[in-house]
Amino acid sequence: MSPEERFDAIVSAEEKVEPADWMPEEYRKTLIRQIAQHAHSEVIGMQPEGNWIARAPTLHRKAILMAKVQDEAGHGLYLYSAAETLGVNRDELQELLHQGRHKYSSIFNYPTLSWADIGTIGWLVDGAAITNQVMLTRCSFGPYARAMVRICKEESFHQRQGYEALIRLCSGSPDQKAMAQDALDRWWWPSLMMFGPHDTDSTHTEQSMNWKIKRVSNDDLRQQFVDMTVPQAAYLGLTIPDPDLQWNEERGHYDFGEIDWDEFWAVVKGNGPMNRDRVEHKVRAWKEGAWVREAATAHAAKKTAAAVVVGAA
Amino acid sequence: MGAEIATSGSESLVTALIAHGDDNLVLAQRLGEWISNAPELEEDIALGNIALDHLGVARALYTHAGQIEGRGRTEDDFAMRRAEREFLNVLLVEQPNGDFAHTMIRALFFDAYQVDLWEELTASDDDTLSGIAARAGKEARYHLLHSSAWTVRLGDGTEESHRRAQDAVDALWRYTDELFHGPGQVSRERWQATIEQVLEEAGLEVPDDPYQWGGGRRGLHSEHLGSLLAEMQWMQRSYPGLQW
Amino acid sequence: MTYEVPVVPGESADIDEGTDLSTEAWPLWEVFVRARRGLSHVHLGSLHAADPESALQNARDVYTRRGEGASLWVVRSSEIHSFDPEEISDFIEANEKVYRLATTYDIPDEVGHM
Repeated sequence: MSPEERFDAIVSAEEKVEPADWMPEEYRKTLIRQIAQHAHSEVIGMQPEGNWIARAPTLHRKAILMAKVQDEAGHGLYLYSAAETLGVNRDELQELLHQGRHKYSSIFNYPTLSWADIGTIGWLVDGAAITNQVMLTRCSFGPYARAMVRICKEESFHQRQGYEALIRLCSGSPDQKAMAQDALDRWWWPSLMMFGPHDTDSTHTEQSMNWKIKRVSNDDLRQQFVDMTVPQAAYLGLTIPDPDLQWNEERGHYDFGEIDWDEFWAVVKGNGPMNRDRVEHKVRAWKEGAWVREAATAHAAKKTAAAVVVGAA
Repeated sequence: MGAEIATSGSESLVTALIAHGDDNLVLAQRLGEWISNAPELEEDIALGNIALDHLGVARALYTHAGQIEGRGRTEDDFAMRRAEREFLNVLLVEQPNGDFAHTMIRALFFDAYQVDLWEELTASDDDTLSGIAARAGKEARYHLLHSSAWTVRLGDGTEESHRRAQDAVDALWRYTDELFHGPGQVSRERWQATIEQVLEEAGLEVPDDPYQWGGGRRGLHSEHLGSLLAEMQWMQRSYPGLQW
Repeated sequence: MTYEVPVVPGESADIDEGTDLSTEAWPLWEVFVRARRGLSHVHLGSLHAADPESALQNARDVYTRRGEGASLWVVRSSEIHSFDPEEISDFIEANEKVYRLATTYDIPDEVGHM
């Protein structure tokens, strides 16, 4: 059997490709980019949510939010760890992010303007993430699939805490309800944009599907998300800002309006409301921490050198 | 209007609970500021976990204080609806984070104190407090491992890290005496021995600064606490009396 | 939600030759956790740390946040040795020595469980 045939056999048998296996170079490159961008998304995502830790309205909400953001950092770590099995270094991947050549999920380029945004992000963004992540647990690459299983287990609390915070707001004062509606008005369309372009406009979809990196199309995932979320909004008594949204009995799904693709591409190209801030923040933290990392490395080297001397004596 | 340390029985217990609660809450708020700003992702997670520990201890202490006090005050009443002059935390914890060395030295000084404090309080007659102390003590020992390891790495790392660590020790030393006046009978000698051992291993000098600054336990704070509280209490002050 | 954020025409996602990555990268460590007494250690992932102590502390923070750790090992990734993937099928026993397998042997039922 040639290496290509063995690789194809593994993928079609729904088995996992492991790091030491032969794999097509494009498969490796696609996975490196996708896993890295997934990791970057977790890390950048800490910023919009971290923005409300200091101002969380109660100690309970503060604790929940801190725990959620810590989970996200941990998820970033699991994912970088999976990417590194493909023969790249985390620092290389981070450099690509700092240079703007690696992206992260477009949703995090929007600002968190009120406490209700935090609940809304938990409800919509984590809801969308779960939709995608369950699919990714079936990805053909072992380390990525395993990281996703771990992440999925931890993720369900994220969506619930967000939705619960919104239930509180929507059953609270008129100001609180208005805060929630305003948040939904601003986050709905960016949430739909998270699922990416129509598959007909996406160059990678077919190859990714053949390699079982991607298991469900962008449009199908987006439809799944809408169908799941519309009743949830109705329960909250909130109005989704889409005049074309309506149940289609024949299809058995919700019809919804067309995304503003100009906005989508602007954000992907780095010109969304918070793109620059997010990357600058990340770069600044990294640069300011350089002396710390160097100190830790220097100290470890001193200790190793001392141990060698003792061993030799 | 200030706050005085009460002297009678359960009143002094309540005051002590609030003071220790305030220490932990203010420090949790400070450590939370490192999230997404730490030198490496692993350290972001570590500092976040430590912040969560301190927040958890504060909440437990406030809740217990409210129960004993019997005026129906909740953890959020203590955290969100007291003015600056009613907070009883030591000045050390309200100091700004500064650079990473500053944060680690602040942690070293406070963690060593907390380890001794909680050990003492596990012997409290009050069962709830002794339970909180048992858990908090375990966490404090872990925090001290973290801050002392970093103190050594930074003190004995590069020239730059050494300079920054020494600057932090020199700057924060004047806030250490306050730890030993006020609720709890934590001994300065024991704390000093721990600190000197870590500083020596780190190649850092114990400062020769005789000047000490306190007042936090009497509600007399530095300017830093005011801004910290303004930010923390913003939602509750803007939208009073609501559920979140 | 997609992480395959589209590549903008004209941009490349590959690292340039000669890019300075010299921020003294902390080495990579593999993390193994035994969740409970009676189980064995399982490989959970990796992390970067400058020394064994911080590797352990970080592993505890990252991998045992929900109390899943009775025992935690960290090993420098460079210390893990393995067969070359090409060699492995040559060196690991193919199932030719069937006499090693219990199922090869017929024990009469009357003898009882063996």
